[in-house]
Amino acid sequence: MKSTRIVITGVGLTAPNGNSLPEFRRNLLNGVPGVGLIDVRYMGRLPAGVCTFDPLKYQKKKELRVGTRAGSISIYCAREALADSGADFSARPTDRVGIYIGCTEHGNVETENEIYAISKFGYDTKFWSHYHNPRTVANNPAGEVSLHLGITGPAYTIGAACAAGNLGLIHAAQMLRLGEVDFALCGGISESIHTFGIFAGFKSQGALATHADPKKASRPFDRARNGIVVSEGGCLYTLERLEDARARGAKIYGEIAGYCVNSDASDYVLPNPTRQAECIRRAVAHAGLQPKDIHIINTHATATPLGDIQECEAIRAVFGEGCPDTWINNTKGYIGHCMGAAGALELAGNLPSFEDRVVHPTINVDDLDPQCALPGLVLNHPKAVSRVDTILNNSFGMLGINSTLIVGRVVA
Amino acid sequence: MTKDECKKAVLSIIADIAPDEDLTNLKADVRLRDQLQLDSMDFLDIVMELRKRHSIEVPEADYPQLASLDSCAEYLTPKFNATAAKG
Repeated sequence: MKSTRIVITGVGLTAPNGNSLPEFRRNLLNGVPGVGLIDVRYMGRLPAGVCTFDPLKYQKKKELRVGTRAGSISIYCAREALADSGADFSARPTDRVGIYIGCTEHGNVETENEIYAISKFGYDTKFWSHYHNPRTVANNPAGEVSLHLGITGPAYTIGAACAAGNLGLIHAAQMLRLGEVDFALCGGISESIHTFGIFAGFKSQGALATHADPKKASRPFDRARNGIVVSEGGCLYTLERLEDARARGAKIYGEIAGYCVNSDASDYVLPNPTRQAECIRRAVAHAGLQPKDIHIINTHATATPLGDIQECEAIRAVFGEGCPDTWINNTKGYIGHCMGAAGALELAGNLPSFEDRVVHPTINVDDLDPQCALPGLVLNHPKAVSRVDTILNNSFGMLGINSTLIVGRVVA
Repeated sequence: MTKDECKKAVLSIIADIAPDEDLTNLKADVRLRDQLQLDSMDFLDIVMELRKRHSIEVPEADYPQLASLDSCAEYLTPKFNATAAKG
């Protein structure tokens, strides 16, 4: 079944520093971050990554009033991905299209808003919105895309903490290989900045970033890093079988070459480098590759003091010193942690490397932590390299979920 | 409150719950549903906004009274006035 080749034919995204892949990529190469300060309920001004796409580009005002921010991000990304794919969507049987959207969590934003709203009415629940349930069901973001596009195939979310963006792609590839669908919209999204709970939770854990300059707040691998910048974002892809994509002359960004998802089974929040290394090794083997065949590793590192070191430990265990063509970067210095969107967005930012053979840097590293000093780490300036045929994308999440996705260049 | 003022209050709510609609030529004696893209959840919005903005309760059995602007004015004007009288 793995012999069925699955390819990426369209990308739609919104990130704190870009609302399309060309804009996002340009800012990654030019070192332009997108983190600013926002007002967080009960907590004051905090650094966060905010997306600035125009929701009215595709949605009516009423859709925005009834739906959620997660749904709106999903619809924007889905429409952008479809447009980019060039697929004639009107001629396609809508029940053969799947929508698989990864999210870290869903429902917190609406629940917090409703509790706040009824607090103005003495907590009388007769003022609780009748939209609460359709807004907070876990499938909401995918369901809103289905409603918006009239897609009648399977549409659901995949809850996988901060590994969810990768999981959306992996699950879509599996469904295409199983023949369950012929075309998939997949990836990950996050509306996290609209809930104070995630900020407060990270703060209580001692894992919320602070810095006088919000643009410097997210700084993976820097010795002075002190935690996570919470961001919203989304990135959805169109995935198809290679033969279908070639038959319609589609642009092909890359191929789902291999993947692995595993679990630490060791702690609610602390990562486990042994299981992470296993995940990376199994993904490389699944792709039929050796570690030296991987040309870009996009790290998950979120800028927590311990987590970054542990991922570096896992990468060191797999790649050692004998991979001279392997380059390593991180995207969170630009955009913070886009939670459920992180894996999908961070992969997208690297896909153009298949064409331009430039590795975007990790920014905000003023003083590299020696424990994160991996060979091949690309810091602060883009690096032109001789070859990019493979990109390995790590995304890990709470409750010990690990995911590694490998995308390969497709030779025309 | 007069019936015309009542209609204005209802129109103000409808403008918020149906923001894409043009309300300028709305006929007062024709069912709102026949003139606007409104579903059952939108009518629940009208009920909720009457409750939030004007402290007016509309029991479920009376929802049909909200069918048109005229029927709204007929049904709601006394409720507005009763609420105002309570102070």
